Amino acid sequence: MSEIVGAAPARRERRFRPYNVITAAVLAVAGFAIGAATGSAISQGYGTVAGTDQNDVAIVLGFVVAVLAWLGGLGFYRYPLARLRGLEPGPFVDDRPSPGFWRYLELSTDNKVVGLQYLFTAVGLFLFGGINALMIRAQLLEPNGELWTQGQYLTIVGVHGSAMVAAMSSIALGGFGNYLVPIMVGAKRTALPRVQALGFWLTAAAVAVLVSSVVIGGWPTGWTGYVPLGIQARMGMDAYLVTFGLISIALFCTGLDLLVTIVTMRAPGLTWRRLPIFCWAVLATSMLMVFATPLLTAPVVMALLDRTVGTGFFVPGAGGSPYLWENLFWYFGHPEVYIMAIPAMGLVLEIVPVFSRKSLWGYLLAVVGLLGIAIVSFLVWQHHLFNSGINADLRPFYSLTTELVSFPTGFIWLVALGTIWRSKLRFSSPMLFSLAFFFNFLIGGISGVYLADVASNVTMHGSYFVQAHFHYTIMGGLVFALFGAIYYWTPLMSGLQLSERLAKWHFWTMFVAFNGTFLPLFAVGALGMPRRVTTYDTSLAFLNRFSSISSFLLGASILLFLANVVWSLVFVRRRAPQDPWGSRGVEWLVPRPIPTDNYDVIPHFNSDPYRYGDPTAPAVADLAPTESDA
Amino acid sequence: MREQPLGSTDPHPSDARRHARRLAWACIGITLISAPLAFWVLGPGLPPGTESFQDDNQVWVNRVILAFVLPIYLGICAAFIYSFFAFRDRGRAAGDAVPVADDPRVQRWWIVASAAVVVFLWAFGTYEWIWAGVGSGGGQGPVPLVRPDGETLEVQVIGQQWHFTYRYPSYGGMESPELILPQDRQIEMHVTSLDVVHSFWAVELGAKADAVPGFDNILYLEPLDPGAFEIKCAELCGLWHGQMYATGRILSPSEFDDWASDHRRATAQITGFLPDYAHVYFPQPEYRGS
Repeated sequence: MSEIVGAAPARRERRFRPYNVITAAVLAVAGFAIGAATGSAISQGYGTVAGTDQNDVAIVLGFVVAVLAWLGGLGFYRYPLARLRGLEPGPFVDDRPSPGFWRYLELSTDNKVVGLQYLFTAVGLFLFGGINALMIRAQLLEPNGELWTQGQYLTIVGVHGSAMVAAMSSIALGGFGNYLVPIMVGAKRTALPRVQALGFWLTAAAVAVLVSSVVIGGWPTGWTGYVPLGIQARMGMDAYLVTFGLISIALFCTGLDLLVTIVTMRAPGLTWRRLPIFCWAVLATSMLMVFATPLLTAPVVMALLDRTVGTGFFVPGAGGSPYLWENLFWYFGHPEVYIMAIPAMGLVLEIVPVFSRKSLWGYLLAVVGLLGIAIVSFLVWQHHLFNSGINADLRPFYSLTTELVSFPTGFIWLVALGTIWRSKLRFSSPMLFSLAFFFNFLIGGISGVYLADVASNVTMHGSYFVQAHFHYTIMGGLVFALFGAIYYWTPLMSGLQLSERLAKWHFWTMFVAFNGTFLPLFAVGALGMPRRVTTYDTSLAFLNRFSSISSFLLGASILLFLANVVWSLVFVRRRAPQDPWGSRGVEWLVPRPIPTDNYDVIPHFNSDPYRYGDPTAPAVADLAPTESDA
Repeated sequence: MREQPLGSTDPHPSDARRHARRLAWACIGITLISAPLAFWVLGPGLPPGTESFQDDNQVWVNRVILAFVLPIYLGICAAFIYSFFAFRDRGRAAGDAVPVADDPRVQRWWIVASAAVVVFLWAFGTYEWIWAGVGSGGGQGPVPLVRPDGETLEVQVIGQQWHFTYRYPSYGGMESPELILPQDRQIEMHVTSLDVVHSFWAVELGAKADAVPGFDNILYLEPLDPGAFEIKCAELCGLWHGQMYATGRILSPSEFDDWASDHRRATAQITGFLPDYAHVYFPQPEYRGS
């Protein structure tokens, strides 16, 4: 710590700072050109390249060199290079953060800056993915819609899925986790601040590569990238693979950093039993990120090798097997859906006690539930492969483990019910979104029983039923929880209050439009509509139209949120009180704006943050402890 | 240890009993109404249909699951909604709620009940899939775990971008662009692919199996009534995935025999050019489209 924080020597302010997003982008473009030219030179004359406009070697090398150059342009190599040369590392970027907005455009090890970088990037990506979703629903307004060509449509489907998965798996831990966890555990920063920053800047690079895939022709496999279609596809596929390779490394970085932070950097007095429940959710999620995401990096690299140098990992007839991709992808992919679900549970359980004015009921049960989901989620992946032709003997096992997920998940509902039971409920906007989580996710969870059942799964698998199921968990669960969290913590992050009236309008329109969009899709799927199709039976036209029109309203309701953010934070700028919700959380005790190091001295914790209605409860933490406290 | 406000400070123990009693009655009422409704009224109309034995099995499973999950869903919603009205902060008395300790009995009951439901649904589903449903129409890979008793008619499904073709090894390996199945016979379908992963989905028959190149995926099917059914591809397989659909027909046994012998004669010349019947095929694919 001390070597990073250590007092920086006074420096002359320079007007131009070489390490920021602009230098990084310039270097990345140059790096892409160098990599692509090298790739072209070495792959000339090979049959797969000659006579086509497709050169996977060039484009993959271009992306790889571009990402390395991007990181160089941000200054990621300065610290390791200085240490390799035996030098004392220079003052870190943080010690002289750029004034104002610029600090968000450079490598920062301030957990709050990284958190906001993640939040804005992920919300932007969510909006981008959302526009793609509306483009999909526009095509499906008509049974034989001709809005897009087949190739365009599949690219839209793939970009929607990939953008949403990337945004949703990084926003909760990357945004709220990075911002809040160090404050909640009483630390000045995270344990591995450079790893934390690397996570964000790799995510940013992944977003750029994902968008570039549209320019180079798109790809046909959706976000699951199934082979051999993924080997057959054109160059846009390389962009998909590089995107997910980068995302997997970024998630690993984020998870590792937060895992180590929570385990090692809790302030004195913050025992495991006093840890805010959101930190427990982050802990459970970060374990998934550390142990599951490398299983995505591996098949992505193998697919890139299949596509570029002609290895045969996934090529049937060349010693490979498509099942290898399916197993590796879903071994990552199923923990991945809990990477998106568990933080949502942590966020809502953090918010519900505040607006119930009552202690979190069944704290231990909630912890066991969150960790239980995380552990069981490693054992369920083959329920994605029930009809795939993989050995059927283990199907009862995967069916059992999948149904068992609902067991710890149910704890979360009991804890929420116990908390609001005989409480004093206040229906402020964060509470409305948090409560909606329980209704929406319940439908998502219960529809999962049909997918866990091997017999029922035969019809439901690969249909719109699955699509509706996971949108109920991610959109209805995580996205509602995230909006609740945004409304709840914006006063902390910006010092300003969002409009409560607009927030409530946003909530009610979104709740109705969301259910209107996805509830009909359960029926559409069970009646025989496969996912990712451009046409469907005319008998399903009414349900599909209903869903499409609701989805446009859903889009409009998100616009209300954006209007609220712009109106309240740019024009009205009403200052928020220090603790606008009457929360006992330690983050509301910290002075605002929150100092770069969060705390002057490491605080001492006296209590868990949920002791509402207990007049004998001490303040959750002592921010200026004397020696004897520690 | 975590500091916990004591339950003995609860000043209104009668409140606790009153609310709990009301919610319990509501849940009992919801269950008594919704479970029979789910089972007898909604249940018989559930997908996928009634055209095959496997269909019937899936509908039965879906009915039983619905009869369990609908009351659970409504009961949990009722508990939340009751709380919203009963425990709303009406601003009469300022301050926080009365702290009430975690009640371990409630937690124990919840744990036992939810575990029992989960294990029951799993045991029921597994029994139905293996013993009652004979695989329930799902693809089981090259070595099926469950197979029906007695004679089966082998039919092969070959997926390729972007249509399915069918071969009948017991009729000289003849190939048909349309899936024709006989009524009341056990069908053993071998699903494979020539290029990428497809998924053969006979919607109204409740049959689905991935078509994976180089692999043989077996499913069992017993059509019950003559009629038509839809076939779709349920796995994204490239540009025209959305157009990869067709219809198939179930014929009575005598009609099927007539069709098969006619078709065999009509396609005899073509069959001679086909590769020998096999469970997997390794064509020389262009792995790189252009």
